[in-house]
Amino acid sequence: MSQDLIVGIAGANGDGVSRRTVLKLVAVVALGAAVGVGASAGITHWGRTAPPPYRFFSEAEAKLLIAICEQIIPRDDTSGATDAGVIYYIDRQISGPLARHQQSYRLGLASFRKTCLQVYKTPFEELAFEQQTDALRLIEEGNAPNDLWGDPSQKAFFDLVLDHTRQGFYGSPRHGGNRDYASYRMLGLAYPNLIGQNRYANGRPI
Amino acid sequence: MSFPKVNAVIVGAGAGGGIVAKELALAGLSVVLLERGDWARYDEHNDDELQSQRTPALGNPFGPDDRRHRRVFVYPNGSTRIVLPSEGAYSNNAGCIGGGTVSYGAMAWRFMPQDFRLRSTYGEVKDSTLEDWPISYDDLEPFYEKAEYEIGVAGDYTNNPFCGPRKKPFPMPAFPYNKEGRRIVETATRMGLHPFPIPMLRNSVPYNGRPACIHMRSCVGFACPVNAKAGTHNTVLPIALATGNCQLRTGCVAAEIIVDDRGHARGVRYFDSDNRAQEQPADLVMISASATETARLLLNSKSKLFPNGAGNNNDWVGHNLQGHCYVGAFGLIEEEVYEEAGPGATVGISDFNHGNPGLVGGGMLANEFIDLPYRFCDVRPPGEPRWGKAHKDFQRRYYKHVVRLIGPVQEIPNFSARVSVDPAVKDAWGIPVCRLSGTRHPYDLQGGEFLSKKAEAIIKETGATRVWRNGPSLWLSGGQHQAGTCRMGNDPKTSVTNRFGQVHQIDNLFIADGSLHVTNGGFNPVLTIMALAYWVSDYIKTGWKGSKFR
Repeated sequence: MSQDLIVGIAGANGDGVSRRTVLKLVAVVALGAAVGVGASAGITHWGRTAPPPYRFFSEAEAKLLIAICEQIIPRDDTSGATDAGVIYYIDRQISGPLARHQQSYRLGLASFRKTCLQVYKTPFEELAFEQQTDALRLIEEGNAPNDLWGDPSQKAFFDLVLDHTRQGFYGSPRHGGNRDYASYRMLGLAYPNLIGQNRYANGRPI
Repeated sequence: MSFPKVNAVIVGAGAGGGIVAKELALAGLSVVLLERGDWARYDEHNDDELQSQRTPALGNPFGPDDRRHRRVFVYPNGSTRIVLPSEGAYSNNAGCIGGGTVSYGAMAWRFMPQDFRLRSTYGEVKDSTLEDWPISYDDLEPFYEKAEYEIGVAGDYTNNPFCGPRKKPFPMPAFPYNKEGRRIVETATRMGLHPFPIPMLRNSVPYNGRPACIHMRSCVGFACPVNAKAGTHNTVLPIALATGNCQLRTGCVAAEIIVDDRGHARGVRYFDSDNRAQEQPADLVMISASATETARLLLNSKSKLFPNGAGNNNDWVGHNLQGHCYVGAFGLIEEEVYEEAGPGATVGISDFNHGNPGLVGGGMLANEFIDLPYRFCDVRPPGEPRWGKAHKDFQRRYYKHVVRLIGPVQEIPNFSARVSVDPAVKDAWGIPVCRLSGTRHPYDLQGGEFLSKKAEAIIKETGATRVWRNGPSLWLSGGQHQAGTCRMGNDPKTSVTNRFGQVHQIDNLFIADGSLHVTNGGFNPVLTIMALAYWVSDYIKTGWKGSKFR
């Protein structure tokens, strides 16, 4: 039950409820824990529990999109798109402020799936990493069979996913991505960006 | 419903309208100020890059919203698309109290004396509507000074020999250079150029009851959490409201200027925050809604004597849309030049604004505001991969190692770059929307090439190992620096207002915003918009007789 409540909080935040409201809700959860209602999970990320269900994507669509995003920002010695929860960013935002892109995702992912089956005879998720890279480059450059693509075009679909992956990886964690401040840590950026936290005093560098 | 008549109704509480409201209210006029947005609060969007006015991936934090507003964009090939406010092609400024001055970068440039007489300085440019302003730098100088003191500017022009004459120094000392700025200052000075601190509408020391800047990295595109950034919302508007003469109505969307059959403005028809149709009668009407929205409002105000829109009998309303094409150069450098001290732009160079052999105009160069991580994804040399491990490597290796010099090219006015009203598409209130069409003048490619090469030469000298240019494009101008759609002039056949922002043939209808600009300078235009608002207000106050103008 407590986990449901936590998921609810994250959702409310993404839907535009102010940070203050969320902090109040968090305070309620904390209080619940204090009086022994059983709230024991961490509240900053999903922790060890199962990830939440998707709002827009089917499980199969999500699986494919996760693989595409991981190609765009792969894990190496620092986190990649999957670690950062980019899929939750995209899923949440196209269920909200970016709803105008729903159709592009539904049709684009279907075309993407067909492209891989036709060209590689294998689902994208099952290709080796290097082959995935080749497949994605094919689509980025518009060189996949065009009869499998309508609106969005293959290039337009790639650009859309590229942009949203960047947003999910580099944007504020409050929108569902950039989990554990993965990208800020990668860039060596202090976070949170506290008011007054700077290297200046009285207008002069210190 | 109709309200009691007031002396003045103003549409738009931004850089222009906020100042006019304060000037008229202090002079004793009763004022109603209509603003489609509301007070912007830092808490709602804080330092969220995806809800920055600069990268509004998830919608404009300072308005307008994607739900109720739209425009039509006409591509050069003639195809059209409906665009939302958070999309680039919409050419948004902002929609909140203070307008763009809440979230701007706050550079406080005066235009140079030559900027007011480009045509007589350089001669005709083919297929352009290039013209001199009907007013001079000297006319505007006292009002620039007033803006610098009342809104508050920090600066120091000791090392800038190119600026127009000024009677008083800046009211606040300049900001120090950051690391990137110091590198550019050393280099440019060595090259015989004249770098100097960028004048800023931002408190370098406590001023006007507000504290000094705390240097957030998230500054441009965001509201200031401590109000150190000065806009009309935290300077002149509180004064206007304190007079008791100014009523501010938020959430109000103007639909039409009411012009009677004798050609007098009678007030404004608008929709209030509950979407109810309202009318505000007034002795005079002031439009300060930005170059796109002011033109739209005039065009949507049809009357017996002005069947094509208020002040539009000669078809000049909405034409000559200008903004700025930003060009420049970037370099990757061994030294870590990133500093956790926003907003980041500290050094300006004005050597290339005028006097460039064979070129009409030119532009200022400055180092760039801090690029936050998402925006930084597009700071790349040509040919650099956009994704994969190479993308990550670039982000990691160079985020704190880029030196940048960019600047706005003085644009040559083009009659075909325009705001019109779409015949079919309407907003949520049923008001016909802006239709944006045309391109920049081809001459701007020359200016852009020139300025970006100058930037490149400096960046190369900083010791950067890899240098690339961002050149110009012909893409339709506008955006935050939008200007020129209701130009002022002495000849009613080729302008919309006279030299005081008074619409030709409608003597109680005024404009005070970037629409008035004949040309838009090679600088960020906001201080000129502010100075013009003081200039127009001064004219109104001088001619004001009881309940009538003149």
